[in-house]
Amino acid sequence: MTYRLVVNGEPAEVGVPGMRRLLDVLREDLGLTGTKEGCGEGECGACTVLVDGEVVVSCLVPVCQVDGSTVRTVEGLAVAGGALAPLQQAFLEAGGAQCGICTPGMLMAAEAFLAAGGEPTDASIREAIAGNLCRCTGYTKIVDAIRLAAERRAGAGAA
Amino acid sequence: MTIQTPASRPTTPRLGRAVPLPLRREGPAKLTGRALYTDDLVFPGAWYGATIRSAVPRARLLAIELDPGFDWSRVAVVTADDIPGRNVVASIAEDQPILVPVGGEIRHQAEPVALLAAADRDTLREARRRVGLRTEPLPPVFDPLESTTVFAHHELVKGDVEAALAADGLAIVEATYRVGHQEQLYIENNAMVAVPREDGGMTVHGSLQCPFYVHRALRTGLGLDDAHTQVVQAETGGGFGGKEEYPSMIALHAALLARRTGRPVRMIYDRHEDLAATTKRHPAVIRHRTGVRRDGTIVAQDIELVLDGGAYTTLTPVVLSRATIHAGGPYDVPNVRIRSRAVATNTPPNGAFRGFGAPQAEFAAEMQVGRCAEAVGMSPLEIRRRNAYRATGITPTGQVLHGDAAALEVLERAAEASEFERVRMRTAAERAGRNPRARTARGIGLALGWHGAGFTGSGEAKMGSVASLELTGDGRIRILTASTEMGQGTKTIFPQLVAAELGVDHDDVEMGPQDTSLVPDSGPTVASRTAMVVGGLLVHAARRLKAEVEGRTGRPFELSWRDDARAHGPTRIDERFSPYAGRAFDDATYSGDAYPTFGWAAAVAEVEVDLDTAEVTVVSVVAVDDVGQAIHPVLCEGQVEGGTLQAVGYATIEEIRLHNGRYLNDRLQTYLIPTSLDAPRIETILVEAPFEDAPHHAKGVGELPMDVGAPAVVAAIHDATGTWIDELPASPERIVAALAGTTAPGPPGVSTVSAAASASSSSSMAPAP
Repeated sequence: MTYRLVVNGEPAEVGVPGMRRLLDVLREDLGLTGTKEGCGEGECGACTVLVDGEVVVSCLVPVCQVDGSTVRTVEGLAVAGGALAPLQQAFLEAGGAQCGICTPGMLMAAEAFLAAGGEPTDASIREAIAGNLCRCTGYTKIVDAIRLAAERRAGAGAA
Repeated sequence: MTIQTPASRPTTPRLGRAVPLPLRREGPAKLTGRALYTDDLVFPGAWYGATIRSAVPRARLLAIELDPGFDWSRVAVVTADDIPGRNVVASIAEDQPILVPVGGEIRHQAEPVALLAAADRDTLREARRRVGLRTEPLPPVFDPLESTTVFAHHELVKGDVEAALAADGLAIVEATYRVGHQEQLYIENNAMVAVPREDGGMTVHGSLQCPFYVHRALRTGLGLDDAHTQVVQAETGGGFGGKEEYPSMIALHAALLARRTGRPVRMIYDRHEDLAATTKRHPAVIRHRTGVRRDGTIVAQDIELVLDGGAYTTLTPVVLSRATIHAGGPYDVPNVRIRSRAVATNTPPNGAFRGFGAPQAEFAAEMQVGRCAEAVGMSPLEIRRRNAYRATGITPTGQVLHGDAAALEVLERAAEASEFERVRMRTAAERAGRNPRARTARGIGLALGWHGAGFTGSGEAKMGSVASLELTGDGRIRILTASTEMGQGTKTIFPQLVAAELGVDHDDVEMGPQDTSLVPDSGPTVASRTAMVVGGLLVHAARRLKAEVEGRTGRPFELSWRDDARAHGPTRIDERFSPYAGRAFDDATYSGDAYPTFGWAAAVAEVEVDLDTAEVTVVSVVAVDDVGQAIHPVLCEGQVEGGTLQAVGYATIEEIRLHNGRYLNDRLQTYLIPTSLDAPRIETILVEAPFEDAPHHAKGVGELPMDVGAPAVVAAIHDATGTWIDELPASPERIVAALAGTTAPGPPGVSTVSAAASASSSSSMAPAP
């Protein structure tokens, strides 16, 4: 079967079995290895991507379910010219990435949280990333980074 | 975050404080998805590898049976007969085979027996199902207290324990503590890709902490020399000790398959295999008998400690050393006897995990001090104040502590920041006046700890690590070490240290790749030694480089290095470790300076216990850690926060359950670690009591917070409920049992057994992936 997706703004076409995991399509068929596999059973969130703006774990999504969808991965976060997006910059400054393996999924969950425009309280940020396990940071600096990004976004919006 | 340097001490150079802190060096690559972890590496024509493992805890291997109905021409099969070198995974002892040979003994449920590789995953999956193992069961041993196979043992004696315990007027406090396994649970599973070379050599790319450990294992197992063996670290998604030693096994497996097929072979573990087969924190049984005077002075500690090493030696003797030396906790007690042993059981080998024996030992020590405080009616803070080590204190190995013994400092800072005594008064009043129908209870707990910085004993002196600094002919400054980045910040702090010495910008200093063909053996990335030991070597190397260049140019290094490179060509400084002045350890008598120095830590945890379900919510933790000098405070805090949460998990939810020697919860659905919602608010306070013999005064930080988090949490559970939990994790089942006075579920870390485990001869297929 041939499936058509828009991945990070670019149309993509893959001829693969319909039950192939979106994770494998991204990593192996499209060469987008920024999305990681941590458990293969939807527990760790390392493979988190956005499908039509919704947070999904791509290890549990067969490609046939997302035919015609828009997919965003960590590779699609950076702004034109390859500069870090404000969210990525906030993670860098706040120390929100250590080993980096949960980072792509964490960023996508955070991106969805920011896009939803909710109040960036400690509790709401923790809720937003509760599906993404991190073993390095204790989450403190990840929460700080997302709050920083939200504040900058609000500041930019006000200005 | 606050950094405190007491006025009484000389101030240390403010490394990196004059300029803004550099950002994580490899951060942008990690944040954009460009960083390449092992499974991200593409090798055209690579095959996929798999491991056939035993499915019995102990047996004689009679035969490996390949289903004749399957087309084996599409699959490469490797058994022990195909190993060109010696069939051992080289480590401290040479007892663990790469693959169990036919006729040999299977010693645990996840032991590698054969290897398969195929061009695609479907063929590989099918082939795995077509391999059977014929075995003859042997009686397994699961309880470490029943094991007679001893990997290592120690007896540390200071003063006269029996005489001291016989004195009048003492409260004698006795208890036995048991802790279970803990999984490192780095989010990137173990992974290796082996690439055969045309010259007969082998290159392995992988997720690993210690390139030269893997290098040595490959040379031994493949019978290769240095020149034909190359190990390259890929970006590594966490280690925490879990990628210290098992990567040697996986690299050997991948390399054997690559040698057989003549192709690159990818050996990428999934989470289930990683959990089922790789090393965990050692379970332990620790018995304490303590004599404490009515004024709170602890006069005698009699301690017996048993570690479960699992089926093979791996790093267990060194873990036992650290556990033994730390077993009394950070207290200056005149009479101490610590008897310890590490034994074998028929369970997968246990290995390194952040803290390396100390978290087990210090959990018991801290619980015991809490009991002593209760026995004499003293505050947990006050009893620690009375007994904690000071400068000139003498440890059980006879080590005299220096002016950087910061136990009291971290203790007072933690008590102050958490308002410990005030909160404790409140929780005590709440407990006393609690309505029987109350649904929750709050508590606060305190723990104090110490952590020997760097290798134990003469380890560092024997290793003689080398770190190099190079000024290249084209004017680049390059650091060459085998120290790996796993998230802790190696690639950021090394350039920081060198740049500060040379007076150049952080960005002017490059990090060479962790590739054994390019860098010297600067030792393994373990034991919180990277910042302290290898960082110290780099500072010395930078000073030499600076002097050499300035000697030639007559101008400051920062103004002349590029000219010097052009005029003089490359300069390389190789700096070899030499022992810290005046610090020596005698292996024969197991006495002397067990560590160059110690880091000190205190934690205060507040919990809420649900009195119906006994679930524990850790509300907050104040973590105070003495790191000597914080080279990069943001990264350093990150270490404290991450280590603290791992300790909270250890205290509350992380447990491996075993049946017939097999881990039952070997998936991420069943082995739980804290999520962002389970994680407390962590307030970090860094204390800097400088290690005077390191040129940059750093002591290391990685393991320190792991030692104090769990006892602080369990002390808080006691404060909330009035009951002591002597086992880790303090799971709801154990808390309910303790509150009801009923028997707790089986001890942590010990396998249950079914009748079938002792059945006679059987033929079993390998478990499906």
